[in-house]
Amino acid sequence: MKFSNEEVLETIGMIAEGKLDIRTVTLGISLLDCSDPNPSACARKVREKILARGEKLSEKADFVANEYGLPIVNKRISLTPLSLVVPVADPAAFLEVARAVDLAGEEIGVNFVGGYTAMIQKGETAIDQALIAAMPEVLATTQRFCASVVLATTRAGINMDGCYTMGRVIKDIAARTADQDGIGCAKLVLFANPVEDNPFMAGAFYGIGECESSILVGVSGPGVIRRAIEKLGPDADLGQVAEAIKKSAFKITRAGELVGKEMAKLLGVSFGNLDLSLAPTPADGDSVGQVLETMGLAMPGAPGSTAALMMLNDAVKKGGLFASSSVGGLSGAFIPVSEDASMIEAAKVGAITIEKLEAMTSVCSVGLDMVAVPGSTSAETLAAIIADEMAIGCANHKTTAVRIIPAPGKDIGDFVHFGGLLGEAPIMAVSKISADNFVRRGGRIPAPLQSLKN
Amino acid sequence: MGKNSKSIVVTVIGKDEMGIVAKIATALAENSINIIDINQKILGDEIFAMTLLADRVNSSLSLPEITAKLKESVSNLSLNVTVQDSEVFQYMHRV
Repeated sequence: MKFSNEEVLETIGMIAEGKLDIRTVTLGISLLDCSDPNPSACARKVREKILARGEKLSEKADFVANEYGLPIVNKRISLTPLSLVVPVADPAAFLEVARAVDLAGEEIGVNFVGGYTAMIQKGETAIDQALIAAMPEVLATTQRFCASVVLATTRAGINMDGCYTMGRVIKDIAARTADQDGIGCAKLVLFANPVEDNPFMAGAFYGIGECESSILVGVSGPGVIRRAIEKLGPDADLGQVAEAIKKSAFKITRAGELVGKEMAKLLGVSFGNLDLSLAPTPADGDSVGQVLETMGLAMPGAPGSTAALMMLNDAVKKGGLFASSSVGGLSGAFIPVSEDASMIEAAKVGAITIEKLEAMTSVCSVGLDMVAVPGSTSAETLAAIIADEMAIGCANHKTTAVRIIPAPGKDIGDFVHFGGLLGEAPIMAVSKISADNFVRRGGRIPAPLQSLKN
Repeated sequence: MGKNSKSIVVTVIGKDEMGIVAKIATALAENSINIIDINQKILGDEIFAMTLLADRVNSSLSLPEITAKLKESVSNLSLNVTVQDSEVFQYMHRV
């Protein structure tokens, strides 16, 4: 036969037991032609464009999932950063357009829309300030519009005023969504060196170098990788483990490539890219932490976690790059605490701390992700945590991000419950040592040196 | 398989019983789906596993409809039936 029994059964097993799925099919839509100084006109143009481009997204994704027997978990939209679309420095204008986006997303049946975004790595414009001023209200009163702010790049350095501003904004968002453990903060990502073709939420936005509209696919499959390592048994050396990860990543990527090409064809847009990230969900067996455990760590966060994660991240890329010519986005392993069963457990027993997580983010995408901290954490401390993560991204020429939730009224030992894909998380301890005077200095940390790198 | 073919892979896994192949083959024929190749094995002592390549170019049914017909044909047995476009296996297992 064209395919052996073993090959067919391997694929079936990957889907049924390894939880192989296409994590997201995200339609990128440029809004550059929707700009209008009249907020109502701008909102109308944005809404019409989302509906025109995205109305068939869900239907076609369901069709493709049925044809290939590959589940497509999420359908999403990413948009041009809104700071480039709304040309007026008025928070009310941003609120009006954001509400239109949220409703349009609901109409076409997507669960998240990304692009409430400002890029302030070197400073803010009056428009950026208006966008950020409206952000707490937007995140508290809309369901699916996700925000991101670029605070640092390797070429610009770190905007420390921006870090401090966002520390205060995060506190405000948490307060406004206090009845849901500060869930608004789960829809805000702060970036160093973001990619412009990321299909994953909450940090997706559609960069200005992208074409009119394209399909961005995020594959997943930590369960498939774990099963492949399990099959090797405990005696295989790490070179063999890396080889097994590469082979599985190749197959996962091929599945994503097929879905991406087909979706692009059906929607009449280009196939933008395939993001090779291993993205966990709270579901049993769909965990990046469990991959580390299968490698031989008792829990994620144990000594050796950074080394294991570096190997995993690298092997996934090596396997995936050969499988597709359209690799882009973040392409690495995600370690969001609240969205990964094994990470939740490790955080609960104190096996993983914010400091260890920070170290691990230097070798994987993306950063401190879905970390819940005491509600009493100050804006200055949040800003300092953000700055540390931005520094890792800047110095290492990579994307790093922070998605942190100071859960109102919660403290160590408590849990936050967001439900669905966002999961639940124990409150993690934050250092009590003050960084207040450092943060209050403000200004910009200059771009790091690009040579003499030892 | 010629240019005018639409190949699918049918996978049937579950508890072994008499006549599974016959029931699936009949259901496929009744819906104008032509079998190209079959692999069938008993794993261990009692797990039935069959993978089958077929052409659905002459069938008017959609893939979910074919799946439903096949499931119906073996509904009294404990079997898991999956139907997928063969391209997914081409992509994942062939460079």
